[in-house]
Amino acid sequence: MKNLFKTSTVVLATALAFSAPLNAETLRLLTWGGYAPQEVVDKFEKQTGIKVDVTKSNNEDMISKLRATRGSGFDLAQPSQDRITSAQTDFDIYKPMDLSKLDTDKFIPSMLEATKKNTAINGDVYGVPHVWGTSGLVVNRKAAKGVADYTDLCKTDLAGQVSYRLKRPTLIGFAFAMGEDPFAAYADTDKYAGILAKVEAKLIDCKSNVKAYWSGGDELLNLMRSGEVNAAMAWDAGGWKLNNENADITFVAPASGALGWIDTFVLPRKSKAEEAAYKWINFVMQPEVAAMITEAAGNFTASQGSDQFVNEKLKAQFNESFPPKDIDNIKWYPPVPPGLEEMEGKVLDRVKAAQS
Amino acid sequence: MSAVTGLSFRDSGKLGLLLLISPLLLWLSLFILLPHVDLVMISLRERVAAREYAFSWSNYTAFFTEPLYWRTFMRTAVMSILATALTLLIAFPVAFYIAKMVRGRFKALLFVLCLIPFWVSELVRTYGWMILLRETGIFSGLLQWLGWVDQPVEMLYNDVAIMVGLVYTSMLFMVVPLVTTLEGLDDSLIEAAYDLGGSHFRVIWDVVIPHAMPGIVSGCIVVFMLTLGNYLTPTLLGGKDSLWFTEQIYTQFITRFNWEQGSAFGMLLLILSSFIVWAGLKLSRQSFTRVMT
Repeated sequence: MKNLFKTSTVVLATALAFSAPLNAETLRLLTWGGYAPQEVVDKFEKQTGIKVDVTKSNNEDMISKLRATRGSGFDLAQPSQDRITSAQTDFDIYKPMDLSKLDTDKFIPSMLEATKKNTAINGDVYGVPHVWGTSGLVVNRKAAKGVADYTDLCKTDLAGQVSYRLKRPTLIGFAFAMGEDPFAAYADTDKYAGILAKVEAKLIDCKSNVKAYWSGGDELLNLMRSGEVNAAMAWDAGGWKLNNENADITFVAPASGALGWIDTFVLPRKSKAEEAAYKWINFVMQPEVAAMITEAAGNFTASQGSDQFVNEKLKAQFNESFPPKDIDNIKWYPPVPPGLEEMEGKVLDRVKAAQS
Repeated sequence: MSAVTGLSFRDSGKLGLLLLISPLLLWLSLFILLPHVDLVMISLRERVAAREYAFSWSNYTAFFTEPLYWRTFMRTAVMSILATALTLLIAFPVAFYIAKMVRGRFKALLFVLCLIPFWVSELVRTYGWMILLRETGIFSGLLQWLGWVDQPVEMLYNDVAIMVGLVYTSMLFMVVPLVTTLEGLDDSLIEAAYDLGGSHFRVIWDVVIPHAMPGIVSGCIVVFMLTLGNYLTPTLLGGKDSLWFTEQIYTQFITRFNWEQGSAFGMLLLILSSFIVWAGLKLSRQSFTRVMT
């Protein structure tokens, strides 16, 4: 009797232990902070019964993680559209999307077409758009007057009050502000190297102005909040977030053009929950849900008609930072050809090592 | 007959030994040896085209031909040696006090006080220093309140901040071996030295330090290796000029996707730091086995 009891306990426990993962399907999502807010995750689980495991990350981290596992460990990832083809060519970490499984009519058509074109290899499409936004300048208008372009960050009266990242958007932004067109030179390595050399000299010259190179979004928000930094190169959403707390600080689209990015959905090569991934994409592209993500992330999505669900404040902030002519002036990142990032890396290393 | 049983007994003894050391062997080969072999293999290849690699020394030559990498390593090594020396200078009196001057519960209390900062993670400790040192931070506010300065001072983002963070982080690893060796020093030897007319300096230099040498050297080795391999503290406290070699390795692996260069740097760090430790042992005329036991 006692034995039977013991045996049945063991059997039951084992059954329970194994049945839990079988019952609840899980979607392992590799994404950015704010792109999968808890309320959206809860709503999705209620509707489909699929649990969502959210891992917050950034572009380089996503590629490195998937490269290390050869495309396993996650079921859906969200890198920027310009970083997909090079990573796929070099490391083979994604698999093509089956567009027939997506409600393509829920996407803003022009954005969907552009992303499809930029993420295609040999006719296979690897990414569909999700959240888009820009990077430009976040300025405390009271403390730092007359900052209208990236190069204005190097003005002597701002010494010690400036921050930006040592990453490729900074190189691209400064190149545009110096009158170059780095995107046009993507295909011409020599010309690109020439532009980079000019930017390198400028950034080394500018280094004495920099308080600290920021690396995480929260780090920058803290520097701006405390007033230790008054002008920075950053994302629009961060600027609007600070604007809610301090009306003097806001996002400014630089005169030479804000840099436009689109974060996408891609399937890692060894995705185990592909169906769940498609369900998640279709779910978050519904205008009401997309608006919830916009509220959390501070950026607009590629979902058709979601702006009417977004609150008025964010819309007003967007319109203030982006008069219509500045929207036309946004420089959208084209896909990065392989090899360029290595050149950029050396430039960034030398800037970091230079004595200011 | 007896020979046969003897043999089987010896065999079972061998088997037992094999079973006992197999976890260790597995650990060493799977988690130490294999990854390093892989690291060497990766460091000796070069990307020629997408998904195509060829054998090459270029990752190693890049370290010696690009002054940036070489300088970063030298800077890291020199700062680590300096941090080790500073830690020793500060930790020696502390350890001597704990080992020789106090007894009983107070001694335990002092030891725990050294230990307490290590109950929180290194990240939290480093953020603590950032709160203290930043321009709108506590020290800056205190100085202004005292009227010693009339505007905020920035104490973060420089080499001194890195040094403070490193010394603070490694203090415990110097204090513990020092206390252990100093406790083994017979008090009567110190008394005898004084009786024979030795000055404070002579007593410390000729009696205490020679006895504590194994503790000093083992503490220095641990602190030096921890400092050299530290990533968080230099990156967070150092700001725009930080330049630490581990940061360089991280950048190569994570943001540049250049595993080949990163692996080469990893191997070079291993080789060069081992060389520095070896040189330190030779200079102090200590043997590794004596120091580590």
